[in-house]
Amino acid sequence: MPEFAVELRNVSKRFPGPSGEIVTAVNNVTMQIKDGEFFSMLGPSGCGKTTSLRMIAGFELPTAGEIYIHDRPMGHTPPYKRPVNTVFQNYALFPHMTIGQNVGFGLEMKGVEPKEIQRRSSEALEMVRLAGYEKRMARQLSGGQQQRVALARALVNHPEVLLLDEPLGALDLKLRKEMQLELKRLQREVGITFVFVTHDQEEALTMSDRVAVMSAGNVLQMGAASEIYEKPNCRFVADFIGETNFLEGAVKAQTGRDVDVELAGGLLCRATADEGSQVVSGQKVTVTMRPEKLGLRPWQGADNVYDGRVEEVVYIGTDTHYTVVLAGDQRLRVREQNDDPLSRPLAAIGDAVKVYCDEVSARVLTE
Amino acid sequence: MAIDNSAQLVDAPPRNRWQGILLALPVTLLMTVLLVVPLIIIGVNSFGQRGPDNTIIYNFNLNNYLRLLGISEPGVWDTLYLEILVRSLWLAFQSTVLVILVGYPLAYFIARAPRKQRNFWLFLVLVPLWTNFVIRVYAWIMILRNQGVLNSLLGWAAGLFGLNFTPLDLYPSDFAVLVCMVYEFLPFMILPMFTSLEKIEDSLYEAAADLGANTWNTFWRVTFPLSLPGIVAGTILVFIPVMGTFIVSDILGGRQVILVGNLIQRQFLDARDPVFGSAATIVLMVMTLAVTLYYTRKFGFAEEAFGR
Ligand SMILES: Nc1ncnc2c1ncn2[C@@H]1O[C@H](COP(=O)(O)OP(=O)(O)OP(=O)(O)O)[C@@H](O)[C@H]1O
Ligand SMILES: [Mg+2]
Repeated sequence: MPEFAVELRNVSKRFPGPSGEIVTAVNNVTMQIKDGEFFSMLGPSGCGKTTSLRMIAGFELPTAGEIYIHDRPMGHTPPYKRPVNTVFQNYALFPHMTIGQNVGFGLEMKGVEPKEIQRRSSEALEMVRLAGYEKRMARQLSGGQQQRVALARALVNHPEVLLLDEPLGALDLKLRKEMQLELKRLQREVGITFVFVTHDQEEALTMSDRVAVMSAGNVLQMGAASEIYEKPNCRFVADFIGETNFLEGAVKAQTGRDVDVELAGGLLCRATADEGSQVVSGQKVTVTMRPEKLGLRPWQGADNVYDGRVEEVVYIGTDTHYTVVLAGDQRLRVREQNDDPLSRPLAAIGDAVKVYCDEVSARVLTE
Repeated sequence: MAIDNSAQLVDAPPRNRWQGILLALPVTLLMTVLLVVPLIIIGVNSFGQRGPDNTIIYNFNLNNYLRLLGISEPGVWDTLYLEILVRSLWLAFQSTVLVILVGYPLAYFIARAPRKQRNFWLFLVLVPLWTNFVIRVYAWIMILRNQGVLNSLLGWAAGLFGLNFTPLDLYPSDFAVLVCMVYEFLPFMILPMFTSLEKIEDSLYEAAADLGANTWNTFWRVTFPLSLPGIVAGTILVFIPVMGTFIVSDILGGRQVILVGNLIQRQFLDARDPVFGSAATIVLMVMTLAVTLYYTRKFGFAEEAFGR
């Protein structure tokens, strides 16, 4: 078995825009999706996620580059000849067919025996917990149920790759969470490569083995969820995934990956640079620190300690968020767990406090 | 999992019901005066007898209907009128089928055209309706007659290849009537077909392709079944008027093609036999209704199946 289920090599897609200009939806993207993994494309609206997925499915052809599925170049292969199936955002169930006919459609097109179709369809429906719904019409099901039918309709064909375009977008929060777990479970059970598109970073982090963060047609970073979160390679990724603080400054000294950055207001920060990233003295950089890695309570060997004054305190149940103003009018959001039995705040507005931060938690971003 | 149907058991608020009645009132009145009352009169007349000086003797008898069936005289079966009825049905059937065959590709093309172009194409479909119906029918004479446009073109083409050409005898004929019917009623088929086809979302075509259906399978398993409501509606809009039209056959059939419509018209205007005309009217209506009902029973399921 080839290592990669799907490979995009230097793939670009350009559309003619509404007024004659050219819209680059996907810009020279190279991506390797490993066999059997749950892979997510994550990015804001219009970044080219859907276009990338549609090119894998064959609904759009790349303007440049090539797409490989298990090492086979796809070229102009039409969608109905590709070994992939899609779960559409609006489900796209056939309204004139029963659920059973919907699920059996793909097998029917392959010329599978009617008896076998029936058996495998009910099996697939069972897998998505809709056993016995064969005779219903799509419109007689709720959104979540239709979603699961769409999933069964795709999975019953045992595709080499399953493509999902924001399949949970239309569901309410609770159902969404349920379906996230359900999808994850299904993927483990069937072992099929899932390529999942979403603009919800939390969804991408919870579900995926690996994530590609996209912006304006480019893949900015690709890696395991924790890697993307802990070691963002640029300001956009750090900002898009979760919550973070940005501090501007200039490099003062550098030894290996340890970087001393001089922040505004003369503050010094010991920070960590990415492997392979080149920083030179005097270079303007951004330092990012996740709020939960900062603390108001001191600990042994904290690399950075800053004096500040509490500007705002927001209680959110499990945690409390403190906004602290440092010298040079820079602000840091600090997140402290409410592990005190009475959830007493660590500081009140106007209090003078110290903010602690480790070197590994302060990350240098050059772009 | 149980389904809760209780919502359907709740009645609409009464205020809405009164609103509904009020809204339906003008049409109901109009239909009563212009359709129901005349129909009753015609129905009663059809059982009457023709009297002297255009009067009607109301002596409830079945003679007019027996005459239509050709069994008014004992021992003789005169099939003249039955033939007319069958010919009308046959023509309406042929026209409808041809209109479907000609109209479907066009409706499909328009529905799949870029959104901005659709209105333009629909506009072109409707343009012929701006000229008077009778004028359009006469125009077909210009096209089909011996020295008409079509024969001239064919003659010219034949001349190019050095062939001998004898003008085709296209007018007057059954063929001319059929061609004109198809032309006249095409828009009434295209519009409902278009509406049905346009409603089919692109994602359904994509889903079909994604699941392995090629163009042929996608058409027969997705496009066609989903466009059935439009075909059914269009068929009703075409079949019923074709059954009753008399102008087309009058002008292009050259009195050779007599249809029910012509029969009725002549009984009322030329033959001055309104009771027989009334009977023919009732028979035409019942026939049309029967065919339509049968047809919608058979194919109307498409509408119910997905709740349109
Ligand atoms: N068929 C098309 N014709 C012209 N432009 C297109 C077409 N499809 C996509 N685009 C453009 O390409 C860009 C990327 O679109 P795409 O649908 O891939 O975004 P997306 O990441 O899926 O966004 P969303 O989260 O909103 O679904 C957008 O600027 C969009 O306007
Ligand atoms: Mg999208």
